[in-house]
Amino acid sequence: MDKVLSIIKDNKLTYNQKVLNLAQAAEDSLSVFNITEETKEYIEARIICDLNEGNAPYKARYILPDYEKFMKNGSKFLELEPPKDIWEATNNLLILYKHVPSVTSFPVYAGNLDTLLEPFITDEEEAYRAIKLFLLHMDRTLRSSYCHANLGPASTKAGRLILKAERELQCSTPSITLKYNNETPDDYAIDAINTALITAKPSFANHSMFVHDFGEDYGIASCYNGLNIGGGSYTLVRLNLYFLAQRSKGIEDFLNNVLPEGVVRTSSLMDEKIRFLVEESGFFDTSFLVEEGLISRNRFTGMFGMFGLAECVNHLLLPKTPEERFGHGEEANKLGLKIIEKLQEEVGRHYNKYCETTGGNFILHAQVGIDSDTGISPGCRIPIGEEPELQEHIIQSAVFHKFFPSGISDVFSFDSTVKQNTEYILDIIKGAFNENMRYFPFYSTDCDVVRITGYLVKRSEMEKLDQGKAVLVDNVVLGLGAVKNQKVLDRKVR
Amino acid sequence: MAKGLVNRIIPFSSVDGPGNRAAIFLQGCNFNCLYCHNPETINLCRNCFICVKECPYGALSVEEGIVLWNNNLCKKCDICLKCCPYHSSPKVVAMETEEVVTIVKRISGFISGVTVSGGECMLQSEFLISLFEKMKDMNLTTFIDTNGSIPFQDNQKLISVMDMAMIDVKSFDSEEHKKLTGMDHSIVLKNVEFLGNIGKLYEIRTVIVPDILDNYSNVDSISRLIAKINPSIRYKLIKYRPLGVRKELMESCIPSDAMMNELAGLSKANGCNNVVIT
Ligand code: SF4
Ligand code: SF4
Ligand code: SF4
Repeated sequence: MDKVLSIIKDNKLTYNQKVLNLAQAAEDSLSVFNITEETKEYIEARIICDLNEGNAPYKARYILPDYEKFMKNGSKFLELEPPKDIWEATNNLLILYKHVPSVTSFPVYAGNLDTLLEPFITDEEEAYRAIKLFLLHMDRTLRSSYCHANLGPASTKAGRLILKAERELQCSTPSITLKYNNETPDDYAIDAINTALITAKPSFANHSMFVHDFGEDYGIASCYNGLNIGGGSYTLVRLNLYFLAQRSKGIEDFLNNVLPEGVVRTSSLMDEKIRFLVEESGFFDTSFLVEEGLISRNRFTGMFGMFGLAECVNHLLLPKTPEERFGHGEEANKLGLKIIEKLQEEVGRHYNKYCETTGGNFILHAQVGIDSDTGISPGCRIPIGEEPELQEHIIQSAVFHKFFPSGISDVFSFDSTVKQNTEYILDIIKGAFNENMRYFPFYSTDCDVVRITGYLVKRSEMEKLDQGKAVLVDNVVLGLGAVKNQKVLDRKVR
Repeated sequence: MAKGLVNRIIPFSSVDGPGNRAAIFLQGCNFNCLYCHNPETINLCRNCFICVKECPYGALSVEEGIVLWNNNLCKKCDICLKCCPYHSSPKVVAMETEEVVTIVKRISGFISGVTVSGGECMLQSEFLISLFEKMKDMNLTTFIDTNGSIPFQDNQKLISVMDMAMIDVKSFDSEEHKKLTGMDHSIVLKNVEFLGNIGKLYEIRTVIVPDILDNYSNVDSISRLIAKINPSIRYKLIKYRPLGVRKELMESCIPSDAMMNELAGLSKANGCNNVVIT
């Protein structure tokens, strides 16, 4: 009960944040999973971590509703007719957003906003007003920058208006991804880059690569997670490769025994979460989203997360010089790759009958870390402060991207002078995608909105929080923790 | 195959022409500008071996009377550059065209093209031609960054493989130009007209140096010249920055934003429609 009282008395939380935290505390007082003592021990040792997902899941973690269908049909449950103009379209979406469950209680996916709104753009000036209000409304009510909208790959009037509005608003919510491929016109891509250099979004997604993994009906949700539209992910559980490596007697033991066992234990927790959610919670039997065909159970999968590859490799190899460390030394990079190949193989061995959309397997996700991770790098990233030159950095890290359909990325910080030569960044993105890099987020050193690890936060809001004031967006809390513990604002500037 | 004396290669550069470019700096210059930021690119090494003794990391050695630099041992402390009495560098490498091509190939998917700079790269035009021919095979654009002192007009072969040039016009006054660089500016201006007229002039730059140069008059005349040739040629006004400059030759200060804006305004009023300050 101490926990409950401390939430109630926490001056840094707004009313809504308190309600959410109290609900989480209630859920966490239960224990419904049937897992082994060994798995429990890994959870306690923070080798396995479910990122506060809750101990009795009653909603899928990442939900990507089929907003196209919603626009076409309206909703019986919400008593909404299909929209006829830009005002109704944006209003309908805002209503639905408030009914899409998630861990943060805010939707992690807001749809392909450009194609959703394009049919309603007749008078551009009026559409711009509607879009700007729509985005402002999202920022002030959805309060979580894990909420993610998509654009592209084609250029649209709506897409350009959204970019323009974002340049003016400079809000942290929603995150935006531009699905990019060789059909995206250069001038649209440059428009997007100019926007990102002002407000750290959109990020660029390698559309061809995602289509190869999911087909055309995929969305980017939350930080950078590729998932099925009309489905999503039941759960995300992550494996701390650094802590796991500390349980091994060396490289061979790690690869042959410890890592496979870690995968088994992580998978068993995921199995239990999915079993409870699907079979007991009633989520898929009662949600109007299912009833109206906006999501269906068989388009969901489970995300197997990992992080701390850099520290894992450095722990196993004990490099003597900076040149031998992960991200620099050939041996270290090779071992990193070998570990991820092995991880993929082991995860591929595990079958879960509710993940039929991904062949009965969980899919890999390079997790970005949380505010309390100190000294452990996100996913497969090279530690901040050790980044090699940009070209080496991209070539080295792109190697890992094909293993992670449900998301992986680095974050690149550019000096504000590149605003005079935005083709520079477009060239780099094209090159990176040629190397099979999956996702490319970036910002400029003088943005107020910055990308922390996967999500966006305003520097000005973090300063407010640091002075003990309550702030509107939940991510600010995480962001400030990450700035202090992971030095994310000290990224190498290009 | 030609060889080039390479001072260094920057694989990704955002400031050497349009898009992302590999910037290749060649050693040796026929000017000796008072404000040169990279004086170590001016002269060729005389193999006096003073730097060999000074290198704290054993990255320099002598082999057959020539100084040899070991990239793997080098910690980039630049002590060798500071102690060289001849404004040279022991880290210059004579590279075959093919060696440079190999480096560029690795990153060719990331760049729009290459820019060769210096020192004064036109002193090694044979190397430029052989390198640019290879770059064209890779569909990369080829830019030259030059002090303009060597005539382009006579070098048809180079012009046919070069996309664009960027020329420094450091002063419009012959005497001042001589005082600043050691040479007259008549060829520079001829090159500007010639390249401008055949549509191969990407940019003109002028470094603004308070108290030392007649900046106002220079910018006034140069911007008129640009406007006459083609108003959309980019005119870049560069703030003098003392970093790396030989202080014993010249003392100046960084020009104010107000001054830069005034000069940019003047250039625009004279008809230039692509003026940037950096
Ligand atoms: S920069 Fe020069 S002095 Fe310094 S380590 Fe390298 S070669 Fe030696
Ligand atoms: S670089 Fe300078 S100091 Fe070193 S050997 Fe050459 S001339 Fe002498
Ligand atoms: S032309 Fe350039 S490299 Fe040559 S001396 Fe002048 S500033 Fe230095």
